[in-house]
Amino acid sequence: MSTLVKEDLFENLLESAPANFTEARQTAKNLYLKSGLPAPKEEEYKFTGITKKLEKSLDNYNQANQLSVEENLIKESVFQGFEGDVLVFSNGKFLQEMSSTIEGLEVSDILSSSAEIGSIAKAEKDAFAALNQASFSGGISIKVPKKTKIEKPILLLSFNGANDGQVITPRFWIEVGDFSEVTFLDQSISMGEEAYFVNKVVEIKGGLNSHINYYRLQNESNQAIEISNIETDIQSDARFTSVNISLSGDMVRNNLSLNLLGSNSEGNMYGIYLLNGKTHVDNHTNVDHTIPHAESNEMYKGIFDAQSRGVFNGKIFVRQDAQKTNAFQQNNNVLLSDDAIVNTKPQLEIWADDVKCSHGCTVGQLDEEALFYLQARGIGKVQAKGLLLYAFAGEVMEKIEEESFKNHVVGLIQDRLGSKF
Amino acid sequence: MSKDNQILEEFTSKEYEHGWSVNYEADEAPLGLNEEIIRWISAKKEEPQWLLDWRLKAFRAWEAMEEPEWANVTYPKVDFQKLRYYSAPKQTKKPKSLDEIDPELLAIYERLGISLNEQKRLQGIAVDAVLDSVSVATTFKGTLAKLGIVFCSFSEAVKEHPELVKKYLGSVVPMTDNYYAALNSAVFSDGSFCYIPKGVRCPMELSTYFRINAANTGQFERTLIVAEDESYVSYLEGCTAPQRDENQLHAAVVEIYAGAHAEVKYSTVQNWFPGDKDGKGGIYNFVTKRGICAGDHSKISWTQVETGSAVTWKYPSCILKGDNSIGEFYSVAVTNNMQQADTGTKMIHIGKNTKSRIVSKGISAGKSQNSYRGQVQVMKRASNARNFSQCDSLLMGDRCGAHTFPYIDIQNPSAKVEHEATTSKIGEDQIFYCNQRGISTEDAVALIVNGYAKEVLNQLPMEFAVEAQKLLALTLEGSVG
Repeated sequence: MSTLVKEDLFENLLESAPANFTEARQTAKNLYLKSGLPAPKEEEYKFTGITKKLEKSLDNYNQANQLSVEENLIKESVFQGFEGDVLVFSNGKFLQEMSSTIEGLEVSDILSSSAEIGSIAKAEKDAFAALNQASFSGGISIKVPKKTKIEKPILLLSFNGANDGQVITPRFWIEVGDFSEVTFLDQSISMGEEAYFVNKVVEIKGGLNSHINYYRLQNESNQAIEISNIETDIQSDARFTSVNISLSGDMVRNNLSLNLLGSNSEGNMYGIYLLNGKTHVDNHTNVDHTIPHAESNEMYKGIFDAQSRGVFNGKIFVRQDAQKTNAFQQNNNVLLSDDAIVNTKPQLEIWADDVKCSHGCTVGQLDEEALFYLQARGIGKVQAKGLLLYAFAGEVMEKIEEESFKNHVVGLIQDRLGSKF
Repeated sequence: MSKDNQILEEFTSKEYEHGWSVNYEADEAPLGLNEEIIRWISAKKEEPQWLLDWRLKAFRAWEAMEEPEWANVTYPKVDFQKLRYYSAPKQTKKPKSLDEIDPELLAIYERLGISLNEQKRLQGIAVDAVLDSVSVATTFKGTLAKLGIVFCSFSEAVKEHPELVKKYLGSVVPMTDNYYAALNSAVFSDGSFCYIPKGVRCPMELSTYFRINAANTGQFERTLIVAEDESYVSYLEGCTAPQRDENQLHAAVVEIYAGAHAEVKYSTVQNWFPGDKDGKGGIYNFVTKRGICAGDHSKISWTQVETGSAVTWKYPSCILKGDNSIGEFYSVAVTNNMQQADTGTKMIHIGKNTKSRIVSKGISAGKSQNSYRGQVQVMKRASNARNFSQCDSLLMGDRCGAHTFPYIDIQNPSAKVEHEATTSKIGEDQIFYCNQRGISTEDAVALIVNGYAKEVLNQLPMEFAVEAQKLLALTLEGSVG
């Protein structure tokens, strides 16, 4: 397996872990110490040299302390048009007094909650999941009771920045009861320009016939290094939809896993990465079909400019019992510059015979003829290009059901592409 | 379901038809692997010093390497010290013509349906037959020589054309390329060598037939094909092995060099012994095959029909170095019973306007595992590179698996790369449709599978296509999804 690159990189972090969930922490610590950070050639981190990046970019591996967050800052940071409740985090720590109280929800700081830490996002799967489980110092536990429809979206607004330390380790536990519905928007705001490292874990447990949307916007500063492990278990007739928009950052790695545990469940994973500068974004997704009659859809679209790099690894795993599975996966990429790189690996592992699975993957450019068509109608080249790229990404944006968030994302993408008219 | 099981049962009890072995006197190296053995092989083959040095260098590199474990296959590890690295049919003197070859050896090939005598008379294919470790006969040498084509066993080439061998050996697959390539470089015993001079179109199909006969023997052959500028050759390879309880190792290396405007077509029908239905015995087929389109406008095309071997680990690749060069890979891989196959291709686009096409059709039945693993890499200066990949899997039975691991690495914005894959089974409606029209279920399966694999089978030369179709029908006899 992997060799330890630098054993003591996170030693302080592990030492200073809060004194609760000791059992879960200890298990994870042992796992982490055994596996160590990913070695340069490790398959799962082949194109994302995270260990080297952490060694190079950070010089303080301690837990970052809470930042002071004022009422005004929150107001300014919430995007325009948003009408819903806000839960505020400062370097991973949940600021209850600054957050809205949401009727019908059971919300508490993760450190004092009864969350089943590590029961969904397994520490043995990933070194960073283990590191988080051993050292998480803040976060939230949200429980939506049975048969509850949360009408307004919930914004999980995190303020991140380096201070006495550069490591931020939030952990979210989300439990949605049977027949309940909820939409989360996950967004982080960078404070200051100094490099920091977020190692985040989100565990989501969806009950029977629950409907969960998890939308995520990643537009932190270009010094931010982020690793996230988001894992979801859903039961029969439940539906989970994730939309992940990555626009910036230094190195970003998203491990998104979805376990379909009940028949007639549906999992959707969508994503856009629109990158420039030297941003490196790596999306690893995993859908595990364990039971018959479930469906999963996946679509990730990438646009790469300058020296950016995009990595996509999508895995569909269909177990032997999971007959009558429908699983679809698609990854399309457009390269805009000579220095941009794409590494993609859409993977299928099928152990059942009565299934419909397919995946498609393309890397290419804009259609010259379409470009010409627009130019012939008096639209400038830059604008025409922006328009076509916007249409390319639009397919994913259409999947966002929450209007205000969709408009916000559309605005950001149009700004970036210069396709606003 | 019970009917399915019954048919599957029938199908899995099918015996391997090339499972016999023949006793003949053989010259053998002692068991084990060390520098002494390599010197022994080299001395046995009366090789020049440079080749021995090359082997020893490869051996030392191999010793420092670790056995790869990334492939999606599991098997008991090979004990390299318990293998025999050289086994040759005893011949007192070198045969000048087929008449002087031991009739017993010829009989082996007759049984395989490769009649060397027949080949001699019929115009068609020139055959180089390799038994265990050495080449026993090459047909049509004279006819080919008139055109300047060299087609002979590897050891002969070392003696007669050392300058060519020295120039091209290891130029496409370096000795340290991977674990098995290094092992092969150290201990390879024989193989085929083929050289097509500039501007020559080889008038006939060249063919090599490999057979492992002796027990506890590894076969390490090395094939080198050099096609100079503006030449053309079509090359066929076939293989079988006797049915034995223990696993046998086959670690071959094939290197292809194509000059400007040259075209090489390489077709394989691999039918090594796959082991019995419980997965006992069978060949480990760990092969490195790679071609380089060195000149502009050159083309290399790989076509493979993989039906045998207990474990297959094989990725015929193309390095598209010359501008406007083309690489193609067509594959049908069938696995049954306990067979495991991890196979695919690599297309490395280096030159401008290079094109590649991958068509891979996997069929898994029984408890077998069939993986496609491929890489399409477009380097920075490879502008306007174009790739199309299609890998489909067909599953028969609910105990088998089909997996796809495509790696796509693009560094040039003008590249156009497409990949698509599907996994499915033979639809009941399709079978029903055939049944309605008086076609039995078994024939319907053969019909559907043949149609499914047609895109690849069409690429095979005629003689091989017939064999491949027969093999496919045989392997899948009685199996219904």
